[in-house]
Amino acid sequence: MAQICLDEIAHSYLPFAKTDADYALKRIHNIWDDGGAYALLGPSGCGKTTLLNIISGLLKPSKGRVKFGETDVTDLPPEKRNIAQVFQFPVLYDTMTVFNNLAFPLKNRGFDNAYITPRVKEVARILELETVLHKKAEGLGADAKQKISLGRGLVREDVAAILFDEPLTVIDPQLKWQLRCKLKEIHEQLKLTLIYVTHDQVEALTFADQIIVMYEGKIVQIGTPQELFEYPNHRFVGYFIGSPGMNFLPCTMENKQVRVGGFHIPVDDHTAALGNRATGSLELGIRPLYLKIHVQETAGSFQVPVQSVEDQGSYRVVTLAFADQIIKARIAENDPVPGSMAWVSFPEKWIRLFENDHLLK
Amino acid sequence: MKKWQDNKGWLFILPVFIIVAFSAIIPLMTVVNYSIQDIFGPGQRIFVGTEWYKEVLTDQRLHDALWRQLLFSGLVLLIEMPLGIAIALTMPTKKGLGSSVCLVLIALPLLIPWNVIGTIWIIFTRPDIGLMGALINDMGWSFDHTASGLHAWITLMLMEVWHWTPLVILLAYAGLRSIPEAYYQAARIDGASAWAIFRYIQLPKMRGVLTIALLLRFMDSFLIYAEPFVLTGGGPGNATTFLSIYLVKIAVGQFDLGPAGAFSLIYFLIVLLFCYLFYQVLLNVGKGESS
Repeated sequence: MAQICLDEIAHSYLPFAKTDADYALKRIHNIWDDGGAYALLGPSGCGKTTLLNIISGLLKPSKGRVKFGETDVTDLPPEKRNIAQVFQFPVLYDTMTVFNNLAFPLKNRGFDNAYITPRVKEVARILELETVLHKKAEGLGADAKQKISLGRGLVREDVAAILFDEPLTVIDPQLKWQLRCKLKEIHEQLKLTLIYVTHDQVEALTFADQIIVMYEGKIVQIGTPQELFEYPNHRFVGYFIGSPGMNFLPCTMENKQVRVGGFHIPVDDHTAALGNRATGSLELGIRPLYLKIHVQETAGSFQVPVQSVEDQGSYRVVTLAFADQIIKARIAENDPVPGSMAWVSFPEKWIRLFENDHLLK
Repeated sequence: MKKWQDNKGWLFILPVFIIVAFSAIIPLMTVVNYSIQDIFGPGQRIFVGTEWYKEVLTDQRLHDALWRQLLFSGLVLLIEMPLGIAIALTMPTKKGLGSSVCLVLIALPLLIPWNVIGTIWIIFTRPDIGLMGALINDMGWSFDHTASGLHAWITLMLMEVWHWTPLVILLAYAGLRSIPEAYYQAARIDGASAWAIFRYIQLPKMRGVLTIALLLRFMDSFLIYAEPFVLTGGGPGNATTFLSIYLVKIAVGQFDLGPAGAFSLIYFLIVLLFCYLFYQVLLNVGKGESS
């Protein structure tokens, strides 16, 4: 079906939306490639599900057009669009067997049994549901139920995109991982466009090629996991992605140095030039992972008091007081743990500057 | 110490046991007591064993009343269940003034006492002054529930359907409202027709409440007394003499406490048996279905 094009989409649940605040979605304009694995990531209530329902056709946007390739599908009902949707809670036809559940979308579209039976068996094989094919869907586990929901999408050969609305919420952790692998496998096998809504960044980062970060009804950034991590477009992305989130320190420019409180942090020429050009309020951002923590004085480091050290298993999070601010740093399990004082240095490569919450670049 | 020897647990169920004893077991045992004795007056009674049971079970008038009763309950279920579901499906789905007004209007008949319902319909169907009765007679058909058994039945069915379908509607509506939106969304994407949505989503999801509706409607209609009593007192002839009306005639009219006791127990067991059967069937319907 080629790509999905969202042309100036906006949506409000109110009949007469006036101000910007009335809109659940505010001006989304984007093109998503065919065969990509996209994750829609954002906090609860940011409009992810609304956007998903607009793509699947369950909602008609208040403004804008949805196009699949060259076809305008804005006015088409969901069954006429070549999409399938998997919901947060498994939706099954309880009284039917697994086979009949999978066959249901085909039967509704008037295919005959000679076509349906092999097709359903094929999908059951991909999803490893062959053994339960003639059992009632009702008695199965949550993971099998979600697979059936997914299978109802996969049986239709015309389906070009599958939309997932937080499909792993009700699944046990270790099964979650298995199911996610299965999804990736299916994606590679069938080359379908997958759009995956989640508020879990780990899920998004492991699943998708491209992550779409949403915040208050807007898309704030689209990029690969690495791009989001290294160059967060917006303060929100920096904070939302990564654990713990990015450190932000209000700062001012002094020639080639960034001044935070009483500290002068050197930056490279490019960053300094960006900072000197900026007119709005400046903030220095750096990932906790990239902060260097030393247990004794080293060149170019600042001595600061340690507030706490938390053991997170494979790494430790060190909380430091830095010029009346709190910053967090992430150190490896085997690194020396600082005492009441630590020396922290800011590698030039990883320093980002933000002007009015937006990345300078 | 074995579990049954630990007596403290009994203290917890004692209050319930006492309440049930007074509300059900003791009255029931009095009936059992009546049903095996011939009572002439205070202090004058003789033990007759199963004689009353034999008499009651071979009573032709009781057989007639039982068939009448089964036909009545059968018709009630056949009309009220589909009608109730159908009306519930057409009710507004969104919360708001519309659905609230609908619910209140629909529930109104349920708030009216049984005998008042009977009185309302007597007047409503009177051939001389009743709105419905007079209208039908004016159209050239003679309609009189006191003269024709069929007309009495029609009046009674109308009354029953008007009075109790709202209960089925309310239960079915509650069942429909509890279906998550995602089911309808998935069905739309799967391209399901309205019939398929009803057959595979709404009906299975309503099974629990419909079972309750069916049991309640069966029991109530099987035990119907006040409406036919007020309408024609069981007439014309014996046309609307249902089990309970016949029972009251024996117990209060003729003061035959022995046969009435035996009758009551048999009546009770029939209701119990039917409810059990319905419950089992509905519990297992659709299970073990395979393609």
